[in-house]
Amino acid sequence: MNISQSWWKILGAILVIYSTVYGFLSSVPALPILHESIRNLYFHVPMWFAMIVLFTISVFHSIKFLNNGSEDSDLKAVQSVNAGIVFGILGIVTGAIWARFTWGQAWSFDVKQNFAAIALLLYFAYLILRNAIDEEQKRAKISAIYNIFAFPMMVVLLFVLPRIGDSLHPGNGGNPGFNAYDLDSRMRMVFYPACAGWIIIGYWIYTLLARVTKLEKKKTL
Amino acid sequence: MQLIKEVKFLIGKELLLEWRSKYALNGVVLYVVSTIFVCFLSFVSLSGVTWNALFWIIMLFASINAVSKSFLQESKGRQLYIYTLASPLALIISKTIYNVLLMLLLTLIALAFYTLVFDYVPQDMLLYIVATILGSISFSMIFTMVSAIASKAGNGGMLMSILSFPVIIPVITVLIKLSKNAIDGLDRSVSLDEIGILLTINVLVAAFSLLLFPYLWKD
Repeated sequence: MNISQSWWKILGAILVIYSTVYGFLSSVPALPILHESIRNLYFHVPMWFAMIVLFTISVFHSIKFLNNGSEDSDLKAVQSVNAGIVFGILGIVTGAIWARFTWGQAWSFDVKQNFAAIALLLYFAYLILRNAIDEEQKRAKISAIYNIFAFPMMVVLLFVLPRIGDSLHPGNGGNPGFNAYDLDSRMRMVFYPACAGWIIIGYWIYTLLARVTKLEKKKTL
Repeated sequence: MQLIKEVKFLIGKELLLEWRSKYALNGVVLYVVSTIFVCFLSFVSLSGVTWNALFWIIMLFASINAVSKSFLQESKGRQLYIYTLASPLALIISKTIYNVLLMLLLTLIALAFYTLVFDYVPQDMLLYIVATILGSISFSMIFTMVSAIASKAGNGGMLMSILSFPVIIPVITVLIKLSKNAIDGLDRSVSLDEIGILLTINVLVAAFSLLLFPYLWKD
């Protein structure tokens, strides 16, 4: 193993282990309703960051595919969507568990929750579109186009629409944000490394998926 | 200039074809009217939130049917023929404009019939009409592009709805919010946010359609 190539993998692993251990052990501000469940912040929010980063990587490779038509870009685009969807599902699940204990039910009619689910539907549609086309070059091109077309919609869903509706999430609809809750320096010390760590782990999973499918393809040829 | 000429010609072609067969408009109008009638027979009387939601659901399915035909129903041969004659930009612009016109006509007919049957008029009818106009524009722009994608994938109806529903849901939620404001007769300044978001989404969709369609069109 070459340290100059894999230092970021080690960094990601250390950050995730650190944030998981300290996420459970470090002290947190005592707040009503949230209580100890505030620790879920270290797990729930980084999932979404990782998902958004992976979907952005996917769009980047789709644009690259339209420019150069290389099979490699298509493969990377689809594998980063695959990895991103895993993080999206984890984000929904951790959110639903959190909601169960703080808002009373797993699926409250919360705008962010709903729109995040719809954003995932977009990417499921992308995968189904891929399955519907047999011819490889054609599949790559059409799905790249849909991927790019869907991306601004995902941005609207995740970043614009939640702001016009009232959400139960902290920081929305009159609820104080975590900053107001004094997401104090103790929590920041865990939260930021957690985000960075999970994004790196997500990227790592995506590179592994891409490499495996590339090898499989080589084998079948 | 060449582009404008081509667009004009292609829209003329669409209108002429429509005028000759009178299939799309009559078919879709009949579809909407019978759907509204089925809803009337099942609900009998409606008002407020349900009235609004039902209207948009009816319009959603009607517009999918109306717009999806624009690419799905053209034969391979005719597509190839147009490909040799016109630039892809002219094609997508003309199809979009034609679909916007079709949808505007359709939504206004549907709204008139819907208010007539259910005997319910929103408090701020003008704002409601603005909402339906904005809605039909965004529906037709999104569905035109998605139907182009679905037709290239060569797998008609089902793919069309799978691909377009997640894209259209943000638009529908904003539209329902806007038209709810109109129903409650809120002050118009409250709705400016929603109108802004709808316009932004439309501009985004238009820009991405124009950018991406040339890639889609050449095989």
